[in-house]
Amino acid sequence: MREISAEMERELVIIGGGPAGLAAAIAAAENGVAVDDILILEREPELGGILLQCIHSGFGLHRFGEELTGPEYAARYAKKVVEMGIPALLSTMVLTLHQMEDGRKEITAVSSAHGLIRIKARAVVLAMGCRERGRGALNIPGTRPAGIYTAGAAQKFVNIKGFMPGRQVVILGSGDIGLIMARRMTLEGAKVEVVAELMPYSGGLSRNIQQCLRDFNIPLLLSHTITQIHGKERVTGVTISQVDEKRRPIPGTEQYFDCDTVLLSCGLIPENELTRQAGIPLDPVTGGAVVGENRETEMPGVFAAGNVLHVHDLVDFVSAEAELAGAGAARWLAEGDSQELKLPVHPEGVIRYVVPQTVFLPAKEDVRLFFRVGQVVEKAAVLVENDGKVLYKGVRPKLLPGEMESVTIKAEALAEIESGQLTVRLEKR
Amino acid sequence: MDVAVIGAGVVGALIARELSRYELDVCLLEKADDVAMGTSKANSAIIHAGFDCQPGSVMAKMNVRGNAMMDQLTRELSVPFKRNGSMVLAFNEEDVRTLETLLDRGVKNGVPGVRIVSGDQAREMEPNISGDAVAALVAPSGGIICPYELTIAAAGNAMDNGVRLHTGFEVTDAEFSDGVWTLTSAAGDRVQANYIVNAAGLFSDQVAALMGDDGYHVFPRRGEYLLLDRDQGKMVSHTIFQCPSAMGKGILVTPTVDGNLLLGPTSENREDREDTATTAEGLATVARLASKSVPSVNLRAVITSFTGLRSCSSGHDFIIEPSKKRPQLVEITGIESPGLSSAPAIAEYAVSLLKEMGLALHAKADFNPIRRPIPRFREMNIEQRRALIEEDARFGQIICRCETVTEGEIVRALHQNPPAHDLDGVKRRTRTGMGRCNGGFCTPQAVEIIARELGIPIEQVTKCGGESRLLVGKTKEGGLDA
Repeated sequence: MREISAEMERELVIIGGGPAGLAAAIAAAENGVAVDDILILEREPELGGILLQCIHSGFGLHRFGEELTGPEYAARYAKKVVEMGIPALLSTMVLTLHQMEDGRKEITAVSSAHGLIRIKARAVVLAMGCRERGRGALNIPGTRPAGIYTAGAAQKFVNIKGFMPGRQVVILGSGDIGLIMARRMTLEGAKVEVVAELMPYSGGLSRNIQQCLRDFNIPLLLSHTITQIHGKERVTGVTISQVDEKRRPIPGTEQYFDCDTVLLSCGLIPENELTRQAGIPLDPVTGGAVVGENRETEMPGVFAAGNVLHVHDLVDFVSAEAELAGAGAARWLAEGDSQELKLPVHPEGVIRYVVPQTVFLPAKEDVRLFFRVGQVVEKAAVLVENDGKVLYKGVRPKLLPGEMESVTIKAEALAEIESGQLTVRLEKR
Repeated sequence: MDVAVIGAGVVGALIARELSRYELDVCLLEKADDVAMGTSKANSAIIHAGFDCQPGSVMAKMNVRGNAMMDQLTRELSVPFKRNGSMVLAFNEEDVRTLETLLDRGVKNGVPGVRIVSGDQAREMEPNISGDAVAALVAPSGGIICPYELTIAAAGNAMDNGVRLHTGFEVTDAEFSDGVWTLTSAAGDRVQANYIVNAAGLFSDQVAALMGDDGYHVFPRRGEYLLLDRDQGKMVSHTIFQCPSAMGKGILVTPTVDGNLLLGPTSENREDREDTATTAEGLATVARLASKSVPSVNLRAVITSFTGLRSCSSGHDFIIEPSKKRPQLVEITGIESPGLSSAPAIAEYAVSLLKEMGLALHAKADFNPIRRPIPRFREMNIEQRRALIEEDARFGQIICRCETVTEGEIVRALHQNPPAHDLDGVKRRTRTGMGRCNGGFCTPQAVEIIARELGIPIEQVTKCGGESRLLVGKTKEGGLDA
């Protein structure tokens, strides 16, 4: 490994050593970037990111055709990074990112081991992941006692530290981490009273609703929310109310639940403070950068992948996306910008967003578009069009907001496009 | 003891510090686990200019004097303070007449630079305020500060100069005999002192009654607030008020010294002196009225909400006086807004009262007015950061990523006067967990550091003392102490 010093230069810096950062690093190295020219910066003392606390199984079905736990999945990539000799600085927090006059990116980072370091890099992959929406952002009225945690913080206490945040639990939000924690807390002897979900549908995967709630007889109240938190020092209970179609609590529907713990699983927010600081444009819907098909942001040489770009349900797709970014960064370092035509991709109707937001032509490969719907849709055709010409059409039996969808546009279909935009829409069957 | 000060809010802490200038044995008694746990913890964080108070009132004198003392005080205590200026908006003719009244009061109270500008002039100074504002009162001496930070710093500096702080000391009995007061706590601890200063805020009337003086009555006034992300912090630079009413100074929109945007408070008289729960209606009112002043404020950027309780008296003025019924006792009560702004002047005045009552004041030769602050890594440049990490590598370990707080700062907060005992104490001293993720990432690490530094098992770490334990026990196979 090249020496670590206060002032360094590298070809490619990868910010984040979770599943996205690791896959991007491997792909960059496999596509020609010398391993010594790559540097991964990871804030935790170990590589693997949030997967390390996800000790349940279900990871890797798409990638490896087998069910792995989070740490097992992470270890496959971390091991490869180490075997390939790609250097990583651990317990290192990136503080700033900005573009220098010569186009290179300057990164400052800090750690106990190396103090404050400054790195000049030609290319950067953003792989900082996401965070959970907290109580403050949800604006739940009531007192401010101990016992209110995001599901992820509770997961860290239980799975990594070995401590119980509480014994009688109410979960607000039916995101996947909340569902997983409902089961986990139950297995550890806690009583999960109820999961309340503001929306008329769950934000989590169908398989998690079955395996984590139904299999344990934990009730899920759709169109319900916590309207009051009770307790002075420690949580003693919550009031849950039904909400109307505009998500306003309906008076008279209040139900009181005793509990000593409230877990929040109400959505994930890509952690783009650095991205914003660098002046890279973000998509207001995804909360991540606006990118092209190689996950290049609008700042040349900066790529983004994984949950920092848009929140994924399955890590398998994070890895795949990060490989695009890593390979894209390698190609960019070798060739610079080579594509001419920038084709915006527009989601229409109930489709909330599409990633990538732009496709550059001429296309070198097939392009896979990922999207999410804003409501439950039964049996519909997905259409991708350019100037009224259909490039893709495929029927889905059911589309759920909690499950990311994708379509693949063939390179040959893209080759015929001369101008305009791509639109992605649903046609009801 | 020469003097026991009851109540470690901003007033009590500044009185203790003022007394620590002299050769005196002083103690500061606080029923909570930490200083600044009542009104001083949750308020508008404004140093008012003083145009709102009735000319000739105690309030007017204390406010203008306290405001003028703030620069030197905050410099000595290393507490961030900014004179960002205050602006009161008028939306109609009646409001304009109110501004004229305020201007008149301001001039009479000796508020420097106070003036009325047109709506357009106001918008030139503050482009994001409402197009409906027809005029504004501007007072350049208005400022912003963090109220609990000032309290912590004042108590810490007082302790550095010899004052003893007893937290968890709730006075439940008081007796005066042979010229000496004996105070007994709920836990049975005793303190004897020649003089008592009652600065018990929301409970000052109850404490006075305990001591045999039932001449006071405090009623709490609730105010709910919304705190917004730093990305909204530059929405305005002045503190933007609406015209005041009998219930207070109206809903304000202000930047905070830490760069966030604060909206509030509502104003409701209630009986319960401890009810700091927020309500859906209260928060909705704050949002609605704040939007009237600054229509473009992004209410989706809320990172937290809270309720503060102001301690009001029926006379709507501060009461700072020797007890009329009991000896060697100074009563301080009814310290509602602008209590924070007035606190340094109240402290100065309270000490002068003690002197008049016979307390001998001999200046201490080694009094040090300067407090060594906890380093603020996030505010340092690259060279300062490198030097700090060189000195102590724990300043290279970021614990709170939203607010860029290092392990070194948390360790300091747990050991430096007045030491934090719990997670909220660490939070108030360092901003750990105060950012947009609400502590989602840093809480597990911060809890470990607290346990390690205090030498207690992790399960005993609390959020804010008492029964507020953060963890209830070990998992089935876990719980190896980290």
